[in-house]
Amino acid sequence: MTTTDATTATDSNDVSRATPVLQARGLVKTFGRVVGLDGVDLELFPGEVLAIIGDNGAGKSTLIKCLTGAEIPDEGEILVDGKPVHFKRPQDARAAGIETVYQTLAVAPSLDIASNLFLGREVRRKGFLGSVLRITDRAGMRERARRELRELGISTLQDVTVPVENLSGGQRQAVAVARAAAFGSKVVVLDEPTAALGVRESGQVLELVRTLRDKGVPVIIISHNMPHVFEIADRIHVQRLGRCAATITPKSHSMTDAVAIMTGAAEA
Amino acid sequence: MSTSTVPAPAHHDPAAEFLDRRSPLERARGVLHRYPALSPAIVLVLSVVVFGFLNDRFWAPGNLSLITQQVAVVGTLAVAQTLVILTAGIDLSVGSLMVLASMVMAQAASTMGLPPYLALGLGLLVGLVAGGLNGALVTRFKLPPFIATLGTLNIFLAITLLYSRGATVRGADMPALMTWTGTTFPVGGVRVSTGVLLMLGAYLLVALTLSRTAWGKHVYAVGDDKDAARLSGISVNRVLLSVYLSAGAILALAAWIQIGRANAASPNVGVDMNLDSITAVVIGGTSLFGGRGTVWGTLLGALIVGVFRNGLSLAGLDVLYQTLAVGVLVIVAVSLDQWIRKVRK
Repeated sequence: MTTTDATTATDSNDVSRATPVLQARGLVKTFGRVVGLDGVDLELFPGEVLAIIGDNGAGKSTLIKCLTGAEIPDEGEILVDGKPVHFKRPQDARAAGIETVYQTLAVAPSLDIASNLFLGREVRRKGFLGSVLRITDRAGMRERARRELRELGISTLQDVTVPVENLSGGQRQAVAVARAAAFGSKVVVLDEPTAALGVRESGQVLELVRTLRDKGVPVIIISHNMPHVFEIADRIHVQRLGRCAATITPKSHSMTDAVAIMTGAAEA
Repeated sequence: MSTSTVPAPAHHDPAAEFLDRRSPLERARGVLHRYPALSPAIVLVLSVVVFGFLNDRFWAPGNLSLITQQVAVVGTLAVAQTLVILTAGIDLSVGSLMVLASMVMAQAASTMGLPPYLALGLGLLVGLVAGGLNGALVTRFKLPPFIATLGTLNIFLAITLLYSRGATVRGADMPALMTWTGTTFPVGGVRVSTGVLLMLGAYLLVALTLSRTAWGKHVYAVGDDKDAARLSGISVNRVLLSVYLSAGAILALAAWIQIGRANAASPNVGVDMNLDSITAVVIGGTSLFGGRGTVWGTLLGALIVGVFRNGLSLAGLDVLYQTLAVGVLVIVAVSLDQWIRKVRK
């Protein structure tokens, strides 16, 4: 495989940086006659927050779905740590360390916070109880859930035995983000994390994204909210008509510039 | 920027604000929401007290024994039904599947002359195959559980009648093990049947599996929100299939209990128990929308139905009034569930 090829990066700042944690090259995805992605390149480097913006139908969601295994691209390749991967299901991406927080949050409302954090990867008790009777280590999982929430600075979730349905929107978002961020994930992808939240709760979620980045976990964030994007992102991938129109930074461009690129009123 | 001290005064925290403003009624609703088995427990205690006052004979050991034995079969069906309903499904075929399994067991042990262990094993196999068929229809053919099991209800019934030619197998024609579930022994003056113990064993096993294993959490998660479960890496179809298979196995147990209780295997008795099992589940506080409820609630629901039927007949009311009362109970239980679920805002 030609992983050592000079990266055809759109951003010249990146030449000196390390191997991308997650990289996409020439992704194409069509739905019948509709072209969702038309040869998209994307790079995510260690310890950065990459925002993906774009108008409706620009291919943001399709791009994210390809990166997280929810869709299989027709062409192009995806590399994790420089190695090609082929995701067929969301579980494959998850196994490769790419965790996604979907807009719909994907939590089980009637289960408690700890159960939700460990949903689909429950920890069993040691010895006979766990291996033969398959009993889960409830106390251990609750303890670990508390620790993970504390490390992420989520202080509003004290009691991990509370059902998620009793939480506010922001708290549910925090649970979903915590689930994605915990357990040593390599990349966290957030799809419109602040869309349904109020000002204060949005602030908390952005704070959470910062905490993640400071822990060294790179984050991809898809958002319509320009102020949020410019507040949090290190780099911004502007998606337009199924392609990457430009990769800019909040320092190099203003919000107006970004919108202009997004709508095609200006070149990068 | 300080990260951990974000939620400042209480009136800014939505959760705390919510707590502060709740009226006693809303607080009660919150408690009922957190403990779904609480409302059926209250109803059971109240009904036992009321029926005890209405008629002295209610507390007679013989009567209590009768109630438990009447509950044993429907109670076991209701365990299977709870599993299915927790996944937001419904199993209309539980009654006819149980009858099918009981006829296969009884004929194997009598006319075919198989050893009773083998006959019971054959009944279990029938339960698993039939449960697997229900599961396959729901997962592979994507049929709504209501339709899938409405179809298999009739299929199992027809197979039973064809297979048995409509004939009842008497208990006396079977080895003792087949009717062992009907034997009773005294517990503090009340005679308890083996079948009741087996039913309680099924409840205990399923309750522990639901609360203590990953599979149990997955059953709840699938019932709560299928898409969320899938995105969390749960194989939804595998969970659903395993639920219908488990239900089939439990129904085979119910078939054995039924043979002991009736001291016979009849193709005509028990097909309509599917509705009684749903009644028990619903009264027990398990939501038909899935993801919420416990088997202990179902046990309480089955006991409530048993106590109502027994108490009303002791009070000298016609059997039709019992049916009327059970109907009212179902509607009240579901209305209560709807009201409790509004906590989700």
